[in-house]
Amino acid sequence: MSALQIKKGSSKHSAYDLRSHMSEVMERHTLAVVVDNESGVLARVIGLFSGRGYNIESLTVAEVDHQGHRSRITIVTTGTPQVIEQIKAQLQRMVPVHDVHDLTVEGQSVERELALLKVAGTGDKRVEALRLADIFRANVVDTSLESFVFEITGTSEKVDAFADLMRPLGLVEIARTGVAALSRGPQA
Amino acid sequence: MKMTGAKMVVQALKDQGVEVVFGYPGGAVLPIYDEIFQQDDIKHILVRHEQAAVHAAEGYARSTGKVGCALVTSGPGATNAVTGLTDALMDSIPIVVLSGQVPTFMIGNDAFQEADTVGITRPCTKHNWLVKDTADLSNVIHQAFHVARSGRPGPVLVDIPKDVQFASAQYTEVKKAKTSHYQPKVKGDADAIERMVELMETAERPIFYTGGGVINSGPAASQLLREFVAATGFPITSTLMGLGAYPASGDAWLGMLGMHGLYEANLAMHDCDLMINIGARFDDRITGRVQDFSPKSRKVHIDIDPSSINKVIPVEVPIIGDVGHVLEHALNLWKARGRKVNKDGLKKWWAKIEEWRKVECLRYRNSDTVIKPQYALERLEALTKGMDRYVTTEVGQHQMWAAQFLGFEDPNRWMTSGGLGTMGYGFPASIGAQVAHPDSLVINVAGEASWLMNMQEMGTAIQFRLPVKQFILNNERLGMVRQWQQLLHGERYSHSWSEALPDFVKLAEAFGGKGIQCSDPKDLDDAIMEMIRYDGPVIFDCLVEKHENCFPMIPSGEPHNKMLLGDAQATDAIQGKGAVLV
Repeated sequence: MSALQIKKGSSKHSAYDLRSHMSEVMERHTLAVVVDNESGVLARVIGLFSGRGYNIESLTVAEVDHQGHRSRITIVTTGTPQVIEQIKAQLQRMVPVHDVHDLTVEGQSVERELALLKVAGTGDKRVEALRLADIFRANVVDTSLESFVFEITGTSEKVDAFADLMRPLGLVEIARTGVAALSRGPQA
Repeated sequence: MKMTGAKMVVQALKDQGVEVVFGYPGGAVLPIYDEIFQQDDIKHILVRHEQAAVHAAEGYARSTGKVGCALVTSGPGATNAVTGLTDALMDSIPIVVLSGQVPTFMIGNDAFQEADTVGITRPCTKHNWLVKDTADLSNVIHQAFHVARSGRPGPVLVDIPKDVQFASAQYTEVKKAKTSHYQPKVKGDADAIERMVELMETAERPIFYTGGGVINSGPAASQLLREFVAATGFPITSTLMGLGAYPASGDAWLGMLGMHGLYEANLAMHDCDLMINIGARFDDRITGRVQDFSPKSRKVHIDIDPSSINKVIPVEVPIIGDVGHVLEHALNLWKARGRKVNKDGLKKWWAKIEEWRKVECLRYRNSDTVIKPQYALERLEALTKGMDRYVTTEVGQHQMWAAQFLGFEDPNRWMTSGGLGTMGYGFPASIGAQVAHPDSLVINVAGEASWLMNMQEMGTAIQFRLPVKQFILNNERLGMVRQWQQLLHGERYSHSWSEALPDFVKLAEAFGGKGIQCSDPKDLDDAIMEMIRYDGPVIFDCLVEKHENCFPMIPSGEPHNKMLLGDAQATDAIQGKGAVLV
């Protein structure tokens, strides 16, 4: 097999093959890892990343198939093409790992992140925060006379942009879920 | 059938074909030991330290091709097993370690002899399990054996709390066990194999570079390799781990490659135009400086583990599969396509290799008064060649000399700690090999410093009447450390001598074994024969030259063609043929 394990019909297939394997260019990839939901499985995956010196930019995990005891771990990582290939191969050979999908190269995908932001303030700042939240289609999920908690969903960049705008308006706390991602189209 | 967890352990081991368990009892495994006491099918070898139990299981596994098994208690028993597990992981040795654990209701309470065993051993096993319910236990043990031996073999650990051992549940038979989705691919991609065969047909300067994967694939893989080499006439070299897959007496054998490998093997690797890596992993002891590694070659890499591909050295033709399957496919294809090789190219290539061989890189200056370590191994080789022999080693200079001067004709005859480089590995590994082959000659080539790290196993050897021969090349130094300090640290010999050594003859006698000391080259043959003939454990204290260095050597961070041929040849060879190389 090609070491890359690219699905047939992938739109980025050729471009991926053309890049230099030993390239020093850092790439950002989103990996979806389907694992048995057994105790310690997350520690195994994280231990692999820390033990071998790979980066984790974002990580989300939750059980997605209760009957089949499967969890889906979505990892955003960066590395040279060689390192990305290593990460995938290392994940793939772990016993509780069923599937590793590199959503960045296997065709198009959608990525979303959810964040909760607490913004405290009164007067104009409070009004402006609410106005901007409306522009970003953020919901208000809690309010007091001097604070809001906004819920925003979108790409990580959108969440970053919203947080940057909220900072001068009284952002006091932020909680982010990390990225969840799926490939586009009908196939799993 | 319903039974206790402890009984299940013994039953599952029997059903998995386990004949021997190396272990050490303790509070958290008492129920299992109670079951072992009440049966005769599984033999238990009581070691003197849990690290030795795991190394012995490794020696057993490597000399038989079967899965080795060790049993240890919770806490310190499990933490002592960590070095052995890591060693087995690095060298891809299939072993199953069973550890006791405090009862489930006490886990997390800092109970007596509690340790987070699955947490500690997670990065040093292929997989591990904490069994919290007796109903799962037999299934997990079957799965553990499956994982240990499937794909790239390796160590696994099953942690069994004491209450799980006492409770009863239904036993799951082997054939009904869920061996999970873990089914590594063994057949290589046909297109890739065809590409390899095409390259083989035209290559002018090909080389087979083989490793432990050939041995792990089983005796049939070694047989296929021999057939392939004989049919193509390609030269072959091997890593430390792969010695014996191709016979040392074979026509195409170049000797071991790597940091202390043979000159001809390393130069051939550097200058080849086609490198066929079979079950090796481009380890840093092999490649030297990666940027300058074999710059003129196309590379094929056959490996069962996809993560080995392109990890260190990018290859043109990766073939993921079991060595035996891939070689069979490739050999048949090559024959069907007309058995083509580039005859003219090969002839010139061999002529070049013959030139390199003339350097005689293993030459050393012998002495009439002091035993040179190389000489000791040459005599050991001469006097034991052709015997039914298994060799283990510790780690250091003696290990490299053993690899250079002993010849291995068959796989599974040579056991050494390659990846992890574990001092203290050889003695317990020799015990494991001797348990598996009670009537064979098992020799541990050791240095005195390494050997002392697990010397307590003399007790095990005596108790179980294991006639292991401990051939200690005693230079009263940590020889390899001393060599590096001499070459790289301005001859400041920081803590690299073995002070306050025991009298090894008396030590052997104190345990009830035989001790032999030899310091005169003239007495060496007789002394070695005395060691071989003695029916029982022997400590052979071979007093050797204290400052001998191990050559040839590729200094760290240098490419293959920058080999040091050594001070032994400094006067003639280095000014002559070798001058360009140093």
